[in-house]
Amino acid sequence: MELFYSILPELIRIVVCAVCGAVIVFGNALVMGYAERKLAGHIMLRPGPMEVGPHGLYQLVVDGLKLMGKQLVVPLKADKPLFMLAPILAFAPVFVPLLVIPFSDKLQGFDLDVGYLLILAFASINVLAILIGGWGSNNKYSLFGAIRSVAQNVAYEIPMLISALAIIFMTNSFSLKEIAAAQSPVWFIVIQPVAFLIFIVSMVAETNRAPFDLPEAESELTAGFHTEYSGMSFSLFVLGEYANMFIICSVATVFFLGGSSGIPLPYFEYSGIIWFLAKVYFLMFFLVWIRWTYPRTRFDQLMNFCWKYLIPFSLVNLLITVVMVKLL
Amino acid sequence: MAMDVEILDDPKHHRYVLNMGPQHPSTHGVLRVLLELEGEYAMELLPVLGYGHRCHEKIAEHKPAKSFMPNTARMDYLGALIYNHGFAQLLERATGIEVPERAEYIRVITSELNRIQSHLLWYGAYLLDLGAFTPIMYAFDDREHILDILEDVTGSRLTYCYFRVGGVSKDIDDKFVTSTRAFIDRLRSRFPMYEGLVNGNVILQKRLIDVGELDPKICSRYGITGPLLRGAGVGYDLRKSEPYSIYDRFDFEVPTETKGDCMASFLVRFREMEQSLRIIEQALDSLPEGPVMAAKVPKKLKIPAGDYNSSVEAPRGELSYYLVSDGTDVPYRLKVRTPSYSNLSVIPEMCQGMLLSDVVSAMGALDLVIPEIDR
Repeated sequence: MELFYSILPELIRIVVCAVCGAVIVFGNALVMGYAERKLAGHIMLRPGPMEVGPHGLYQLVVDGLKLMGKQLVVPLKADKPLFMLAPILAFAPVFVPLLVIPFSDKLQGFDLDVGYLLILAFASINVLAILIGGWGSNNKYSLFGAIRSVAQNVAYEIPMLISALAIIFMTNSFSLKEIAAAQSPVWFIVIQPVAFLIFIVSMVAETNRAPFDLPEAESELTAGFHTEYSGMSFSLFVLGEYANMFIICSVATVFFLGGSSGIPLPYFEYSGIIWFLAKVYFLMFFLVWIRWTYPRTRFDQLMNFCWKYLIPFSLVNLLITVVMVKLL
Repeated sequence: MAMDVEILDDPKHHRYVLNMGPQHPSTHGVLRVLLELEGEYAMELLPVLGYGHRCHEKIAEHKPAKSFMPNTARMDYLGALIYNHGFAQLLERATGIEVPERAEYIRVITSELNRIQSHLLWYGAYLLDLGAFTPIMYAFDDREHILDILEDVTGSRLTYCYFRVGGVSKDIDDKFVTSTRAFIDRLRSRFPMYEGLVNGNVILQKRLIDVGELDPKICSRYGITGPLLRGAGVGYDLRKSEPYSIYDRFDFEVPTETKGDCMASFLVRFREMEQSLRIIEQALDSLPEGPVMAAKVPKKLKIPAGDYNSSVEAPRGELSYYLVSDGTDVPYRLKVRTPSYSNLSVIPEMCQGMLLSDVVSAMGALDLVIPEIDR
């Protein structure tokens, strides 16, 4: 009985975390799906979805229902187990990183000492999902998208990690909570502007968003790695993409924009989470904004940009940071 | 083992075939290109035609020449009026019918509006190929004004059949003149925005500069005309070099570039819109009064036996009609020389060794209209 009472709070905690994670993933996909279509519409001088509900508010709900009702088409000669595994693999790992993100001082699933490493590890599984999906589809365009995606994601993870390492050296911790807490007077975006820029660029490439959406590149590869996917298997990829955007923008917020810090609002106790979400969604808005503004880069230019500019600059930045930390 | 090495040494062993089209987002219509790829480099390209073939030339041999006019609009749906113009001019040359002054002016004004409309659509669609989704909406916003103006006077929005042998079917009114003038001001004020937002973009320049270079020699070998040829440095524009209709009365320039790459033809097309606006402005200023149809056009238009030719500058290059008549009102043979067909034929040479992404930008720079290739 004693054992039960000691386990019970942990059990409740796990269930609450799982439910909250699911709410965040699906809620975020609804919000971002709607916001992206509306923003794209307004950037393009058109109203966006308007028919379902006031200003098309229920459009995403209806779309979700429609996608659930669609047949899952498996192409002939496709590798069926891999083909079905890929969307699950793209979607399932996004729940874990949500656990370590500090939404405010108090609101965090688990405060792990290696929080950032956990996020990196689980965010990288997305590449595997794209590779498996592209390979299993038995489609040349899908395979192209998958190959591009692997090269791109592996390349851009390096500058992303190195620019974040500069912050980690300064705070001496991998724990997101401590990193967020370490920027109480000034945000790290002021101290580390170069690292922030590199992180943002790598972030766009990591989430496969335009202008670095080479794995999808619909004008070249029809739809890239998800050409053959339909219905729910396609929407799992989309859900995964939006969740990854949310996670990576949260990391950027924690590392550079002071996490949940901000001017106290009337709802004093909850102002942290409001500030946190405001910053995250500002970064997400930024991603949407550049997606609908710029043309797509070419693949070799993208890789050159990473290896010739981002990685050397981030290394120099890291070196300077380390020397400064040692001296001060 | 020895055989394995042999296979690996054979460069063709690494290659595989990618089928691009007939349903592909950036082949715009039903063009199909077979690509032999090595990695992402296209080593051999083979355009496959015929998916949109409708036997226009054969149809022309089976009905009175006058009633072939609607067919011309279906060949190039973006330059329908200019195709009308070439055909009307052909029959007028053959039968010696004089076109009234006012009709010539109306033809020039509407043709140039049609050219701007075609270039605006190309502008948007090309940037869409390059992955920029927004400019097409801005370009279509401007294009919509032209379609409205032309709809008022011709009755249709895309496949116009407005020109007749001996003039045009309907006179323009004051509303046409005022709305065209308003459109000229509007488009002029939008050019700086396009230049700032799109033409100066670093990503766009990196995608276009030094991609798909053509020199005048290749152009003359393949019969490439239009903005591609002018981008390669040859200022060949039929409106200037062989003025037809009343184009010799207007003061305009033929924009040229020297490099011949995708950026060159991009800029040439962009500047051509400005020059077309100049022509329209001058034509509106000096628009004469009078009839818009020749007084005597016989119902059954007998074409004297012989060979006739008429060439006009279409948005994509030189368009020629060649007609052989045996003295009846039905042509014995009508040959249409469409610019896109010749421009397309350069693809295997132009795109050899290019990355897949560059093939898309090079094909966009050709500004292909598939129904014009498969007529």
